[in-house]
This record gives sequence, C-alpha cells and structure tokens, in this order.
Amino acid sequence: MSKPLKQIHLAAHFPGVNNTTVWSDPRAGSHIEFSSFVRFAQTAERAKFDFLFLAEGLRLREQGGSIYDLDVVGRPDTFTVLAALAAVTDRLGLTGTINSTFNEPYEVARQFASLDHLSGGRAAWNVVTSWDAFTGENFRRGGFLPQGERYSRAREFLATANELFDSWHGDEIIADRAAGAFLRDAEAGAFVHQGQHFDIHGRFNVPRSPQGRPVVFQAGDSDEGREFAAADADAIFSRYSGLEEGRAFYTDVKSRLARYGRRHDQLLILPAATFVLGDTDTEARELAHEVRRQQVSGATALKHLEFVWNRDLSAYDPDGPLPEIDPDVSEEHIARGRAQVRMYRDPLATARAWRELAAAHHWSIRDLVIETGNRQAFVGTPDTVARTIDDFVQSDASDGFILVPHITPGGLDEFADKVVPLLQERGVFRTEYEGTTLRDHLGLAHPDDARDERAAS
Amino acid sequence: MSPTPSAPLHLAVALDGTGWHPASWREPVSRPGDLFTAGYWADLVAEAERGLLDLVTVEDGLGPQSSHLLDPDERTDQVRGRLDAVLIAARVAPLTRHIGLVPTVVATHTEPFHISKAIATLDHVSSGRAGLRVQISARPNEAAHFGRRVVPRIDAYDSPAAQEVLTDLFDEAADHVEVVRRLWDSWEDDAEIRDVATGRFIDRDKLHYIDFQGRFFSVRGPSITPRPPQGQPIVSALAHRTVPYRLVARQADLGYVIPHDAGQARAIVAEVRAEQQAAGRAEEFLHLFGDLVVFLDDDPAEAAARRDRLDTLAGQPYISDARIFTGTPAQLADLLEDLRAGGLTGFRLRPAVLGHDLPAITRGLVPELQRRGVFRHAYEADTLRGLLGLPRPAHRYTTATA
Repeated sequence: MSKPLKQIHLAAHFPGVNNTTVWSDPRAGSHIEFSSFVRFAQTAERAKFDFLFLAEGLRLREQGGSIYDLDVVGRPDTFTVLAALAAVTDRLGLTGTINSTFNEPYEVARQFASLDHLSGGRAAWNVVTSWDAFTGENFRRGGFLPQGERYSRAREFLATANELFDSWHGDEIIADRAAGAFLRDAEAGAFVHQGQHFDIHGRFNVPRSPQGRPVVFQAGDSDEGREFAAADADAIFSRYSGLEEGRAFYTDVKSRLARYGRRHDQLLILPAATFVLGDTDTEARELAHEVRRQQVSGATALKHLEFVWNRDLSAYDPDGPLPEIDPDVSEEHIARGRAQVRMYRDPLATARAWRELAAAHHWSIRDLVIETGNRQAFVGTPDTVARTIDDFVQSDASDGFILVPHITPGGLDEFADKVVPLLQERGVFRTEYEGTTLRDHLGLAHPDDARDERAAS
Repeated sequence: MSPTPSAPLHLAVALDGTGWHPASWREPVSRPGDLFTAGYWADLVAEAERGLLDLVTVEDGLGPQSSHLLDPDERTDQVRGRLDAVLIAARVAPLTRHIGLVPTVVATHTEPFHISKAIATLDHVSSGRAGLRVQISARPNEAAHFGRRVVPRIDAYDSPAAQEVLTDLFDEAADHVEVVRRLWDSWEDDAEIRDVATGRFIDRDKLHYIDFQGRFFSVRGPSITPRPPQGQPIVSALAHRTVPYRLVARQADLGYVIPHDAGQARAIVAEVRAEQQAAGRAEEFLHLFGDLVVFLDDDPAEAAARRDRLDTLAGQPYISDARIFTGTPAQLADLLEDLRAGGLTGFRLRPAVLGHDLPAITRGLVPELQRRGVFRHAYEADTLRGLLGLPRPAHRYTTATA
C-alpha cells in the first residue's frame, strides 16, 4: 500500500532586510508603506498560504564602523504591522519574530494574546534569542546576557509566557447582566513564576485567546536550537539545503520529539527557500543568474568578503582576484548586527578554500561570492518547481516551505498564479481553507485539546 | 502659544471597555461579550469617525482594572481584562480614513525603542494619524508583573515621599518620550535614496545616532523604522497637578486636563503655559483639552435617571477625577463653550456608556456644535497633525547642505 500524500504547508516571508531582496529592480516597491504589506498578504491569502512571516532586527547593521547601506535598510514594527494586516485578511496566519532577550514575558504575552484575539486566532510567534551588547545599546537593560544563557532565558521566557496564556482557561467571562457577574472567578489570570531569569507574579490581564496560545516557531540550526524546537515549538524554520541534507535534518529533529513526549506530527519542519520561475528551465536558469548578479553587486561582493577577511577590502577590485593577505582573526569583528558573520568559524581555512576555488574556476571576487553565496532553491518552470517541492515534501525532507521572494511586494504573484494551481492539481495543497485559525491550517491541536489528551492518557 | 478665539473646537473620545461607568457593561446597549473582538473596536472607532471627531484615545494598563487607585481588587462585578491598546489602534487603522488613533503607552515598564517603532509604524499603517498617550504606573502589582523594579507604595498623595516617587516616574516618562521623539527623527525624510549607480539603498549621512544618556535610559539609535509620515506623531498625556503638568509642558503636543469650571480651566491653563515657558517651549503650539465624563440624553431627567440606575447597580455613586456631566447635548455644548473660554482648545469626552453616549456625542452633540459654528462639517485634513492644526515639524538632525 502506498503512503498517503502529505499535504504541503506554504508560507511567505515578506522581503526586507536581507541580501536576497533586490531593491534595484524597477519592479521593487516600498518595504515600509502599508500598501506593500497589504498587497503581499492578500496574494498569500489568495493562494491559500498558511501564513505570512515577518523577521525582526533591533539595531541597524554596521560594517567598518558605518551603517551598512547596500541592502534594504529599515523595517516597521512587527506587532503593529501584523495587527493592521489582520484587518485586511481573513484566514492568513500572522507570524512575527520577537526577541526573548530585549523584551519581558508579561508584555510579549499580552501582545501575542491581543494579536490572537484581534485576528480571530491567527497569531504565531517566532521565538529568537539575542545576547549581543551591540543590540543592547538600544535598550535600557543593555546587552547584559552572556551568550551561554540565551537559550536558557529563551526557554524560560516561553515557559513563562505559556503560564500567562494558561492563566485564563477560557470560561471565566460570563458577562451575566442580570446577576451582575462579569467574571466567574476573581482569580482569573492569577500567576506566579519563580525561576532563574524571571521572578514575577500577579494577574495576566488578557483573557484566553482563540488559539489558546499563539503557534510557536523556532529558527536556528544549532544543536541547542534543535533541542529547543523539539521541546517547545510547533514548527522549526531551517535553511534550504538540498534533498539529502533536508532529510537528515528532518530525521534528526523529528527523532528528538519522543524524549519530550511529543508525536512526530507535533513539530513541522519548514525551510526558508527562494525561487525563480521561467517559461522554460533554461530561461529560469538565466533569470536566476541575473537575479544573483542583482543581489551581489561589486560593492556587495567586497562587503561580503569582509565578513571572512575581517578587514577593510574597499581598495580591491571586485572583478579582480581574491586578496593574498590573510583574514584578521581578532575578536572584534568588522561587521556587526548580522547573523552571517558567525557562519565562518575558521576564517583562515575559508579564505584558503575560496582562493583555491577561485583559482580553479578563474573566478573574480564577485563571481566567487555569487557562486558560493545563497543559492536559489527552486529554479525552473512552474511545473519543475511544483514537482520539486512536492518531491521534497513527500520524501520527508520537509513539511513545506517558507518562500522568500526577491521582489517587494509583487514577488509572490507569479508563484501564486502558476505554481500553486499545479500543487493543487497534484492534490498536495489546499484549494480552500478548511479552518479559520492558524492551528487549523497547520494541523496542530488546540492547546486545550492537547491538555485533555494528556490528562486522558 | 495660545489659540486664537475663532479657532474651531477639537473633540476627542476616550474609549475604555464598555464605557467609563463601572456598571456600564450591564446596560442592554453594551456588548460586554464582544470586548475582546476586533469588530467591537472597529464599530466604536467608525462611529467616532462618523462624528468627525479629531481622535480617539484607547485606555490601557499592565494589570487588571481595579476599583482602587493603586491596588488590585477581587471584584467580579466589573469588566476586567483588556487588549493591548497599540494593537487595537493598528487593527482599526486600515478600516478608517481620517480619525486620529491615540493608544495609551505605559512608560514605566516599556522600552522607548519598542514604543518608538510601534507608534512610527502605527503612523505608517494609518497614513499619518498616529499618536500616543503616555502614562506612568505607580502600582506595585504592575511592577511585580515585570519583576525588574519595585515601585514604592504611595499611601498619601501629598506626602513628600509620594511626591518624590511620582516626580521620578514622571521624569522617567519625560525621558522616555524624549528618546521616542529622537528616534522618530533619527531618519531624515529623504534618507532612502536607492542609488543604483553606487549600490546604496540609503544615504547613511541622513541617519543619526541619538546617543541619549540620562538617569533612566541610554539609547544609541538610530531607529530601525524610517521617519513616520507625520514626522512626529502626536504625544499626549493626562495631567492632574503640577508634576504631570510639567510632563505635558515639556514633552506633549496635547494635554488632557480636568477642570470642573471655567475658573479652574483658566487657572490650569495658566499653570501649564507657565511650565511651558519654563521648559523653553513657549512658542510651540500645545493643545489643552478638558476631560469630562458624559451621560447624554435628549431629556435631562433621563440622563440623571440612567446615572442613578448605574450607580445602584454598582452599589455606590460613581466618582471620577473628571467632572461628570449629566444632561442634554445642548446643555453639554453650553458647558463646553463656557469651559473653553478658560483657554482650552478642545475636549476629550469619556462616555459613561459607550454604546449609548458615543452615538449621543456623534449624533447629538456634534450637530449642536456645528449649528453653533464651532465644529467642522467635514474632515479638512488626512493627518492627525492636520486635524489639530499642527505643522509637520522640522527634523532636528537635518544635515546642513551647502
């Protein structure tokens, strides 16, 4: 008997502050004006996507002591945009990244509970951690958190927020006019939390929201990140990295669930992936090459090389050979506020490998950065892309994808119009929303049902 | 700066739960079961916009409502629980076109960096209709929700110890607003250049570190959110006495004050204007709105009877910091004109029962004020600054160009 077809989950990442977004394209619009968000969200909802995703940044990136000016710079506030988008969409899930370092559980919990109420059950929280003093300079508490404590604070932050969400059960508000009873229970929202990072008590002032708790996502590929996701998240964001690596990641993360008493289907694996479509596969490949040239200008290539070399390379010719000098391996890094910097843990070895690679292929600096940088995940005709995505999901390399278009805000249109219908024809993607909440779309149990299930077992 | 005598009167409504009377939720017209839905708030703001009001404020707090000033209570006969005011304002922004949206922000436990980008974004999603009402929290139980500080208990308001606590909290709020305002200015309006030739998305010389260093905050900046459409969204605060008057005078575009008669209005306005002068802002336009709780009915006896009925349900007479008005729209219009002669530029009305008194304001009071020639017949501007007659402020960090 053949395995039943898995249903694919699709989400859309609003293009923004990253080196994928091409702002120089004449079709590129505002990444700040609300009309861009409306267009993008309504396309995602028209295509029956599970959710829209917003990333976060709390300090503008710097390189060589100056604000980095080659990528899109600036973004709006996550909660505010998502609440406004709830007014112009009906079903689309609304997912925001919110840092657990420069926030407090009471405030974040009431913001997410409020968003869940105001969207009729469509809120999701991508919990991330940060610890650096650089970002901390924008906050009253500063950058106090030792790196080693970031996951312990994140886990306790999430656990505390869950205690607050659970402090209302959902049946406290009776609003009985005749009896004069608004609340059934004077203790509604009462909580006490004493832990390593938080010692708080009192009463949470937002009643239980439609989803009980927002859906929780976790991004991050480290061992700690995988463990955090296996214990506490409903979905994990990963990086697209090919079928075999995808399957290995999938198997590893899903295998960790059992030790937390969780089933295989209680954590979704959703890699972020880019796409380039064409009328033929050849045309798509040519377009993809063109997009990479747009993403990596000569100036961007030099700046990217500086992540590894940790030196000012502005004197080099991006169309010339790689620097002969070695990277500076001192602690202080030339680039700040950027996750990619930590990707190159051994800069000397990376530099050596890149020089060899460039020499073997006669690549310039810019060629090298283009060829080794972020590759597009899905390149081809709509049919090729639909088939590849389906293969990926059916062979358990993921449960779906978070698509990262390179054009704001129209970059999702072509996918919605051409690829989604093919996935629907294959019977692997919904043609209508079946439920109203994000938990419904993702096939996740309501936390109250999960509680009942545990109690019954 | 004082308003000119012929200036139009401005009108705001303060939204809170089902209304300001604690028994308001028991009125048949109230919708207590809908308080935690978007539709409830969308309907209220749509009604306020139908009445051409300048703005709505949305109350908030970082703990449950209470019948005590500074401590929680155990009551179950009043509305408890509320949604985040900034998110409510954002949720209704795309559904409205003209009305100003002014959520409450508690400065005592929030990060000015987060507040700055949230209100800047509210301004972006509403195309220039955002403001905030800054508030302090002196409640020990709310401090315990954050666990980062202890707010000393205030027993008698006029004691020197209480004055010290409150002065600190208001000084902190003033610094909070200063950080927020600097962050709004940390991007010049034309910082985004998209210069394809040089590959530069922004002109980094038009982004500015704010480098605020004070007793309560040190914030480096710049903001992550570009300058909001209004440049500076409207900052407002409720003020009852000298210390909060000083916050209004130093940092606000709009203060809500609570005169009980025209003489008091005149005295409050004089005190705030003196503080404004002392703060070096004498030339800046500062609106002062009188706050009033209102029970409005076509028959004054009905309004009084409604108040009595609600007081009976509540088990005690409703008291308020603000004057409680009971009567007809025409009587209220008389009172507003009288109070206004004391130098106020407008009013923020607190409907006793939102479902009843908000439509009474928009459909009764507003036409009455229009007949008297003191209120607008159509929205004359698309931004809140425009409605309040305030110019778009210059940018404090604008780089001198040769």
